[in-house]
Amino acid sequence: MNRWMQGLRELKGYPSAVGGLGIILFLVALSVYTVITIPYSEALDRWRGGEHWQMHPVNAGPVWADRLLGGNLPQTRVVESENAEVREAPFEGGKQVRIPLTFEYDNEGFPSELNLFLNQKGTQQEAFVRLTWHTPSGEAIPLGGQRVSEESRISISQNRALEGRLGMVPHVGLFAGDSDPADPEAERGEYRLTIDAMLFDPTAELEADLAVYGRVHGLAGTDYQRRDLMLALMWGTPVALAFGLLAAVGTTITTLVIAATGVWFRGWVDALIQRLTEVNMILPMLPILVMVGTLYSTSIWLMLGVVIALGIFSAGIKTYRAMLLPIREAPYIEAARAYGAGNARIILRYMIPRILPVLIPTFVTLIPTFVFLEASLAVLGLGDPQLPTWGKVLNDAQEQSALYNGFYYWVVAPAVLLMLTGLGFAMFGFALDRVFNPRLRTQ
Amino acid sequence: MTAEEPLLQATNLHTWFELRQWGFLRVGSVRAVDGVNFELGRGESVAFVGESGCGKSSLARTLLGLHKPTHGDVIFEGEHLSELKGEARRQYLARVGYVQQDPFGALPPFMDVRRLLSEPLIIHGVTDRDERERRIRKVLEEVRLTQVDEILPKFPHMLSGGQQQRVVIARALLLEPAMLIADEPVSMLDASVRVEILNLLRRIQQERELTLAFITHDLSTVRHYADRIFVMYAGRVVEQAPVERLLDNPQHPYTCALLAAIADVDADNALEERAVPDGEPPSLLHPPEGCRFHPRCPQAMAGLCDRQDPPLFEPEAGHYSACWLQDPERG
Repeated sequence: MNRWMQGLRELKGYPSAVGGLGIILFLVALSVYTVITIPYSEALDRWRGGEHWQMHPVNAGPVWADRLLGGNLPQTRVVESENAEVREAPFEGGKQVRIPLTFEYDNEGFPSELNLFLNQKGTQQEAFVRLTWHTPSGEAIPLGGQRVSEESRISISQNRALEGRLGMVPHVGLFAGDSDPADPEAERGEYRLTIDAMLFDPTAELEADLAVYGRVHGLAGTDYQRRDLMLALMWGTPVALAFGLLAAVGTTITTLVIAATGVWFRGWVDALIQRLTEVNMILPMLPILVMVGTLYSTSIWLMLGVVIALGIFSAGIKTYRAMLLPIREAPYIEAARAYGAGNARIILRYMIPRILPVLIPTFVTLIPTFVFLEASLAVLGLGDPQLPTWGKVLNDAQEQSALYNGFYYWVVAPAVLLMLTGLGFAMFGFALDRVFNPRLRTQ
Repeated sequence: MTAEEPLLQATNLHTWFELRQWGFLRVGSVRAVDGVNFELGRGESVAFVGESGCGKSSLARTLLGLHKPTHGDVIFEGEHLSELKGEARRQYLARVGYVQQDPFGALPPFMDVRRLLSEPLIIHGVTDRDERERRIRKVLEEVRLTQVDEILPKFPHMLSGGQQQRVVIARALLLEPAMLIADEPVSMLDASVRVEILNLLRRIQQERELTLAFITHDLSTVRHYADRIFVMYAGRVVEQAPVERLLDNPQHPYTCALLAAIADVDADNALEERAVPDGEPPSLLHPPEGCRFHPRCPQAMAGLCDRQDPPLFEPEAGHYSACWLQDPERG
């Protein structure tokens, strides 16, 4: 359509249109990338938490923020027995295994946690392991011994006895070297954890993974359940855009069609629509949503349905009606009736297209309102229980007192994304308004 | 006028618009068309003349089926319009074309010419795109829009007033109508293109042997473009006659007044006083009793004209007038 092309070409002259469109395209590209790389079911599954995240640190900040401030906090490293020089010595009815797990540590600060994951294969017999920690200065600290079954996790950080001996939590004490316990400093160099294991089956194999959890992780950091916040930030984008777009499309189109139907048929149809609108206008949307969420279900799609349902007879009907009333009497509509156009055709093809250009900007600026609505619901604790969304991240952050604990990234990242969405659509919408709304035309 | 069966017949046609208060209380009716009878033959060009508010446009819309007649009916090719439903009604709408007064307003501003000309064809079941294109091109050439390729992708606002009206005429002709109703087709056009459009309508009417019903308030143009004239006043036809006879020998005092009001180009007559009737057309809500023209009529006869409604008299063959002056019994 010529007029649309012309309008789009005109948009290039508005920096806010280009900027807004840039932001929108970025968000759309991010959504597409997210949906392709992390399928929906996988995202839900991962966000539920658990084993997938066991190699991630708890409450780690983003790497780039630390590096940008000149810091050198540790990232998580996992030392695997596969790469270690394992020595075995058989004895009757079993074998003795020594696994040295060595790693280089040259970061500032201390790891956030130490965990050892042991996996014994090929037997039901419990093994016995004894752990020794070797610091770069040559000190050997025994970490005690214990029985391990098939799969077990040894939380070195939780070792109370060790903590008592070191006078500090283990993941600090083990790295502190000779420094002042009141203000410990990490000793740099090569560390080694030696695992001496007695396996009571000659065919058994023992695998060991030492997780030295860092204090920073990835682009977005992690939350209190070790989940990578990037997953929620990325998946939040398609969810937010889909919610905003579907709600905006759903309410605008239905409202427009209903308003046009009322204007066209007049009489009791119009009166009924007007009365329904007036009743609906005094219904408060947020409390109803809170009620549905509390009493029924907080599924995001149900919320979307309720938002659209409440939006159908919204105040927009009054505006559209005012715009459509003069169009109803336009000679071209009389002409259309005279050549046999039916009611539906007149409403959809002759009345609505006439006001569509004026509505496009409103429509575009309407999208972020619904994105914010969804986020507000999530912050109020009525977010979808399964889906990772920006609002859910904010809600989690609030529940864990993120700002009080200094986990600023947990709050800032979703808030910035929400703001970016609002900004992008608003900038684009305002520029569209200037192009398509004749009253705002400057030339 | 031929002796064969008329194409269209209006029998005792009334179109009243109800006035309501509070949405349901009926407080009266505007009698836009109030008892009109006429017959239009095939291939005939007729003009409906009268001042604004005399019901010409309401009559046109009633003939087009846009208003439901309150009483009486339109009979088209032997079928009663009020009994047509669904497909039959659509067929009727295809048989009657409509040319409006405001050519720009009559074209949907958001459709290009190709699209807006396709619309009637799509509605009437021409699904084949090539067939539509062929018919559109043919009809555009018929209305002398010869640079078809340039016109088709344009939007109405890119066309001149004359071109817009030609597109409107083309749209009215697309469905091969038997009759064309033109409601003041040139009154909104620039004087320079009026004659062109009128000639075009006349030529198409003659080539296609259409019945053309012209609605106008301008008696000066009627002579060349119509065979018969109907003079309307306050919702009624007060005089009808072949064009020459009516213009040269008007019978009804209202027609005489209308004719007298035509601008005279002769400079010698510039200062001449004219006998133009005072007052305004009567209220259609409460039309005067008796002859509706009597309050303004210079020859009104007290006791007759303000009491009794005059029937149609036929002072000469084919020339009808609704005025007591023509009552043969009056002597």
